[in-house]
Amino acid sequence: MRGTLMRTVRLGVGSLMLHKLRSMLTTLGVLFGVSSVIAMLAIGEGASKKAQDQIRALGSQNVILRSIKPREDFATGGQATRVVSYGLLNDDLARVEKTFPGVRRVVPVREIPLEVRNQDRALNPRVMSTLPIYRDVTGRVVSEGRFLSDSDEQAVANVCVLSDEVARYLYPFQSPIGEKVKIGADYYVVVGTTLSRKRLGSDPAMAGEVSAAEVFIPLETGRKWYGDLQVKIRAGSREMEEVQLHEIVIEVAAAENVPMVAAAAREMLSRNHRQRDYEIVVPLELLLQAEETKRTFNIVLGSIASISLLVGGIGIMNVMLATVTERTREIGIRRALGAKRRHIVTQFLVETVVLSVGGGVLGVILGLVIPQYVEYAYDMPTIVTPLNPLIAFGISVGIGIVFGLYPAWRAANMDPVEALRHE
Amino acid sequence: MSSRPLVHTAAEPVADLEHVSRVYRMGQTDVRALDDFSFTFRQGEYWAVMGSSGSGKSTLLNILGCLDRPNSGTYRVRGEDTQGLSDDDLSELRSRHLGFVFQNYNLLPQLNVLENILVPIFYQDVPPPGIEERAKELARRVGLGTRLEHRPTELSGGQQQRVAIARALINDPALILADEATGNLDSTTAQEILALLDELHAEGKTIVLVTHEPEVGKRAQHLLRLKDGRIEEVRHNRAPSGGPSSSNTAGTGGAG
Ligand SMILES: Nc1ncnc2c1ncn2[C@@H]1O[C@H](COP(=O)(O)OP(=O)(O)OP(=O)(O)O)[C@@H](O)[C@H]1O
Ligand SMILES: [Mg+2]
Repeated sequence: MRGTLMRTVRLGVGSLMLHKLRSMLTTLGVLFGVSSVIAMLAIGEGASKKAQDQIRALGSQNVILRSIKPREDFATGGQATRVVSYGLLNDDLARVEKTFPGVRRVVPVREIPLEVRNQDRALNPRVMSTLPIYRDVTGRVVSEGRFLSDSDEQAVANVCVLSDEVARYLYPFQSPIGEKVKIGADYYVVVGTTLSRKRLGSDPAMAGEVSAAEVFIPLETGRKWYGDLQVKIRAGSREMEEVQLHEIVIEVAAAENVPMVAAAAREMLSRNHRQRDYEIVVPLELLLQAEETKRTFNIVLGSIASISLLVGGIGIMNVMLATVTERTREIGIRRALGAKRRHIVTQFLVETVVLSVGGGVLGVILGLVIPQYVEYAYDMPTIVTPLNPLIAFGISVGIGIVFGLYPAWRAANMDPVEALRHE
Repeated sequence: MSSRPLVHTAAEPVADLEHVSRVYRMGQTDVRALDDFSFTFRQGEYWAVMGSSGSGKSTLLNILGCLDRPNSGTYRVRGEDTQGLSDDDLSELRSRHLGFVFQNYNLLPQLNVLENILVPIFYQDVPPPGIEERAKELARRVGLGTRLEHRPTELSGGQQQRVAIARALINDPALILADEATGNLDSTTAQEILALLDELHAEGKTIVLVTHEPEVGKRAQHLLRLKDGRIEEVRHNRAPSGGPSSSNTAGTGGAG
């Protein structure tokens, strides 16, 4: 029986080879359908993996509170110097620490708008004054030296940690460790560097496009030298900003409590702030959102793929119907020589499946090549799940069977005498 | 072998038609392609079937070949009534016991000579052992032993018809049916084909050959002439073994 099938397949290939060009053109529909499915899945998977990695880097057990400057709804009076005060308060920090359940650690961050300079090379990175646990809670990785320590904190030391990006710019030809870097008007000893990472906003679509030039100094050092009041000179007018804390990173003890803590933070902040001068970033929520986005993407993709495969299948059916008519006489001969209906069905079904599988195989190959090209040409990560080509291949076999059944049935039900008479 | 009261023929019936009618409905009128047709073809006989165009020769051959079913009457192949057989059963019967030779050869263009000869075997669930050898043997026999790999398009008409005959022989059929097998061939080639059929007859094959050419009709052992779906004449050119040579005109039809 298996031998018979092998022979039928060989025969089918032989018949298809009688019309090479037509057979090839017929497979194109399935080819492009299958390859686009695989390629798009790979690109989608890669993009979503990238987004998810970035969200995870924020710490999926964290809830991040950030200060944002509220929109100014009154015009500034010309030269006037005024103080705008907004953002997270030390009181907020205290409330989180004292009243929030299920919280493991809380890290405050202050940002100080200072220039960082090594001789003639200067940069305006985010200068963050924070606690040593910041590294742990946010998963920063030390690339050289060490991060801030408790003794730095106690000594209110003038030390700093640079992100690689800053380090490379300020010290292009040497290790910055032990060097004195000028931050604002003071000199700080560089004790370590961290791997650069991208910053993430609350909008996952914008995720990771902000570059991360970061400099860390001890929280107490920041407090001591730079109060809450910060001066920004903008377009000729001097503006004073008063921000107590720029960021509070809350590490939740158990992942399942993240939504609860996030809700508590929302509640607490909206109660204590008259204006919306803060934002809450919940990486876990972003992660769920990203997954949801991916699901939607997959549904859209699936629909497009089904349509293209449907069109491919109809193309194959169309050609097979023409083939059956064209080969009416052959069908008559085979019937006269003893072929049963099922033999004829098998023969044409096998031919259709060979066509669609041929298209499927070429489609899988093309579908594996396209992501490679996309990675190379557009520097986008792509991921080919081993299952996808298999599924695509299975689908192409299915298409062959589904769209081959009717032509095969037509062929098998021809009257042998009529078929033999056909010219 | 049971002893039975025989008149002049001892041979087994191979194909047995009893009051067979095949009617085509054309609009308002009925065309009776076969009209209450009764006849018996026996083992080892070689019949030429003649008659004017439209007299029902092809219809008869189609029914003999189980490609078509009568509207009424019974048709038995080697004693088995075909009435109750399913489409699959008829296919099986064709594949095992019948051999066809067509006017236009009807070889499959995508197959080579050897594969073409083997097509009827292809549809048997269990191919007989040594069948490839037999196919090659048959190819040699019809003079194409060196052309096994050739495609039909690379052969002349006569060669193609010889492949078709080899194909008709592959299943060692009880009955060989040839519809105007020499119709497309020039006279020399036709003679070769007829010689081949004579040989097969001499070996004891049962052959029914439809022809338009009187010489071919004379050459066969027996002649059956049709008219309007009925038997017009039955003539025995050469004596069948054990029977007298005779020539009769039978408007009523039936020889059994
Ligand atoms: N499929 C059909 N539909 C309608 N009428 C048919 C059909 N097949 C055959 N006939 C009619 O049946 C009659 C017998 O036809 P058949 O083909 O048996 O003739 P024939 O003796 O083989 O003729 P020829 O020598 O031309 O081949 C003819 O009148 C023909 O028109
Ligand atoms: Mg005819």
